[in-house]
Amino acid sequence: MTSIAKPPVKHPTARTNGLGLTLRDYEGAMSTLCAGCGHDSVTAALVQAAWELELEPHRVGKMSGIGCSSKTTAYFMKQSHGFNSVHGRMPSVTSGAAAANRGLTYIGISGDGDSLSIGMGQLSHAIRRNVNMLYVIENNGVYGLTKGQFSASADVGSTSKKGEANEQQPIDPVLLALTLGCSFVARSFSGDKRQLVPILKAAIAHKGLALVDVISPCVSFNDHEGSTKSYAYTREREVEAVHADFIPLKREITVPETGEQVRVVELHDGGRVRLRATAPDYDPTDRESAYAHVRACQKRGEIATGLLFVDENGRDMHDYLKTVPTPLIDLPYEELCPGRAALDKLMERYR
Amino acid sequence: MSGINDFAFKMGTVNGTGSASANALLMQAIFRMGIPVTGKNIFPSNIQGLPTWYEIRVSKDGWTARPSAVDLVVALNPATYAKDVKAVRTGGYLVYDSTWPMDPDLVREGITILGIPFGQMMVEHFEGDRDRTLLRNITYAGSLAALLAIDTTVIERMLSEKFGKKPKLLDANHKAFALGYDYAKAHFACPLPFHLEAMDRTGDSILIDGNTACALGALYAGATVGAWYPITPATALMEQFKAFCEKYRVDKATGQHKYAILQAEDELAAAGITIGAGWAGARAFTNTSGPGISLMQEFIGLAYYTDIPAVFFDIQRCGPATGMPTRTQQADLLSLAYASHGDTKHIVIFPSDPRECFEMAVQAFDLAERFQTPVFVASDLDIGMNDWMVKRFDWDDTYRPDRGKVLDAKALEQVQRFSRYLDVDGDGIAARTLPGVGGKGAYFVRGSGHDKHGQYTEDSDAYQELVDRLKRKIDGSAEHLPAPVVSHQPGAEVGLVTIGSCEAAVHEAAELLRREGIHTDYMRIRAFPFSEEVRRFLGRHEHTFIIEQNRDAQLRSLLAIELGVPRDQMTPILDYGGMPLQAQTVVQAVKTHLAEVPA
Repeated sequence: MTSIAKPPVKHPTARTNGLGLTLRDYEGAMSTLCAGCGHDSVTAALVQAAWELELEPHRVGKMSGIGCSSKTTAYFMKQSHGFNSVHGRMPSVTSGAAAANRGLTYIGISGDGDSLSIGMGQLSHAIRRNVNMLYVIENNGVYGLTKGQFSASADVGSTSKKGEANEQQPIDPVLLALTLGCSFVARSFSGDKRQLVPILKAAIAHKGLALVDVISPCVSFNDHEGSTKSYAYTREREVEAVHADFIPLKREITVPETGEQVRVVELHDGGRVRLRATAPDYDPTDRESAYAHVRACQKRGEIATGLLFVDENGRDMHDYLKTVPTPLIDLPYEELCPGRAALDKLMERYR
Repeated sequence: MSGINDFAFKMGTVNGTGSASANALLMQAIFRMGIPVTGKNIFPSNIQGLPTWYEIRVSKDGWTARPSAVDLVVALNPATYAKDVKAVRTGGYLVYDSTWPMDPDLVREGITILGIPFGQMMVEHFEGDRDRTLLRNITYAGSLAALLAIDTTVIERMLSEKFGKKPKLLDANHKAFALGYDYAKAHFACPLPFHLEAMDRTGDSILIDGNTACALGALYAGATVGAWYPITPATALMEQFKAFCEKYRVDKATGQHKYAILQAEDELAAAGITIGAGWAGARAFTNTSGPGISLMQEFIGLAYYTDIPAVFFDIQRCGPATGMPTRTQQADLLSLAYASHGDTKHIVIFPSDPRECFEMAVQAFDLAERFQTPVFVASDLDIGMNDWMVKRFDWDDTYRPDRGKVLDAKALEQVQRFSRYLDVDGDGIAARTLPGVGGKGAYFVRGSGHDKHGQYTEDSDAYQELVDRLKRKIDGSAEHLPAPVVSHQPGAEVGLVTIGSCEAAVHEAAELLRREGIHTDYMRIRAFPFSEEVRRFLGRHEHTFIIEQNRDAQLRSLLAIELGVPRDQMTPILDYGGMPLQAQTVVQAVKTHLAEVPA
């Protein structure tokens, strides 16, 4: 992972959030990705979301695996601890970190190679475990760092830069997540910040694993005509099913009612997400209809986007584990060791 | 060799028929009579239907190695009659079920054959296949109690402890036991020439297996995160940890847990969870065996290269591949010492019995945090799954975990710039911070090339500086690891060097050799990398025997690689068939070699 430090320039007129931090305070090292890479837009959206949510940077753990997407954890929130682990294994490292310290916000960044091939097992089981984290898949249908091989999310018929067509069935992370019981499933587009930022905010506030699949075109290897993960193709085929507005706990709901179908889901931290279905009769709290909608869009050659499904009443990893509210790392040793008297007593059991 | 309180017997049964509890009952009864005793469970990788044996050795002198000869065999599995009859020493005894005509396989000159109609008694006294199958085990325990003079009041107390709350079961067990006991008394001259007489040599001891001991060590060390994937013979370690946590780590008022145990999707994830938790600041561990270690290689390298503490319990079994999952071996030594690709070297510690499992488990967590690196506790199936007689465990209430160099928010205020991998003290150990601490302490863990500041690099000098520091760190740990156990005999010329569970047999072998006039010095290696004391011992002896349980003399290789000791000065004694080592194996190998080599 390459990174170049940005000069610490503070503009005197830059707006600050409730913590007195500017957007710049949420930035990281200079990106070394290709100019125009979708991932950099996702990074910008994450910076915006974190700034708007007023996350304390040092209370965030940035987690990633290997690949272009996984590099991006270096490009935002330089005041956060980061962990660039091994290929496809970010979910297990995050599971361990979250088990040890449930007090942090975990932002996991992965890609279609990292999550849908080598790391598919780990992704699936992180969903099953319902780790409390944001899980972003920067999905471009291609292996960028090794220069252009198809990934498991490449659509049938999508062509490589050399013109070769992919013949194998794609793995769709959204359908996968819906099938596995994921409690927050969204899809967005790196070129649609208006849609992406509120989704990221709601995803971060969500209790449990929030999967956000972001179509994030690879300008070097998968942005040509014939690719189904290009900017042009995605812009043209993107169909937003549900628009999400995130409303934090402390802010009054001032969004005027428009008469549209609006559903408000209260998030675990007390914030709310206001879901506005743009497709008739779409119910984002119904897993089956979400699945059916995504499949129907696919059949029409469209890409279903938006906050497609949310269930805020699910149980997360710590619920299953019945862990104390205090992070395990903060428990004093005296509470963990039964001591000599208990050992002496226990020894009698082995006589 | 056999006599009062000095003999061995074994039961050959079919697994899944409930013989384990009867065997445990016998062993525990002998232990409670104050007589040193050891049990070895030789079991198949199977749930029901395959042959299984349980060997019990009684030794007034306290020898705990697998017996070299068996005085009495209870043969209850027709599938293994031929093998079981062969196992009896000449002059020994065989017990078989005389309900049916005697199988020709059971006929052998030179041994005494005792027929007891177990099957018939079951049919006459109990109803239903299940009861008959299960209670037959208690009946043979009854017969053995008569033949070997086991104190029946001890047995009765134990049955009451076990079934006290279930009067129906208690009655059935009492009845089954009496059937076997009375039959033997009525038909044979009881007790046999070798039998038991109460002693007082077990008062300060316990019977415990190594997996339970490791789990207890993890509990006392303050480990809060355990991640694992079930695998024989390591499974019980986490199950015991869970049981201990349920007993000691559940908040009584709320029912909430002060621990997290994650059964992962595979060993890769188990390693990842352990490392993630270690990075976050928890004492975390995983338990596995050889196949799991193979799968964890990539993560082990990551933790090594990024200075993350993690504890790995490797309960070794016969490899390679699936190998023999229920047989013991010490064949992971090389793959642990240099686990993962690239230049690596790891701290490995080697317990020899459950007591050391307990102590070393605690040490492992201290070492992992102090040296910020993966630490392996290399146990094996013999230690992990068999009940060993060991001294009671001690605990010092003044113990506090060694968390190593961790800068908290306050300490960071004193630091101008925090550089994650800067070696300030010259010991190769750089201070770390935990996620969640203030902004200055933030750093980026990367498995890719990084410099002492934690920044990405592809610069040769910066890379070398970092990996040289890691080498300095691990090499520097050698004198802080468990020291070798060394003992000398006057006039000894040869040295016996061993590791782990071989200790029991090698100790006994040294005594047997001494009685034959062959004097030996002894060293049991307890840690890798090797300390100066290990080097000195090898330097003092022109010739040593390296005794270990693998085919390729892996310990010898490590000694040759790390210390430069010429291989021809170290004669390997290798026992790798999967059974716990026997003293006679060592005695014979040493004598044969000394006879071949002119003094």
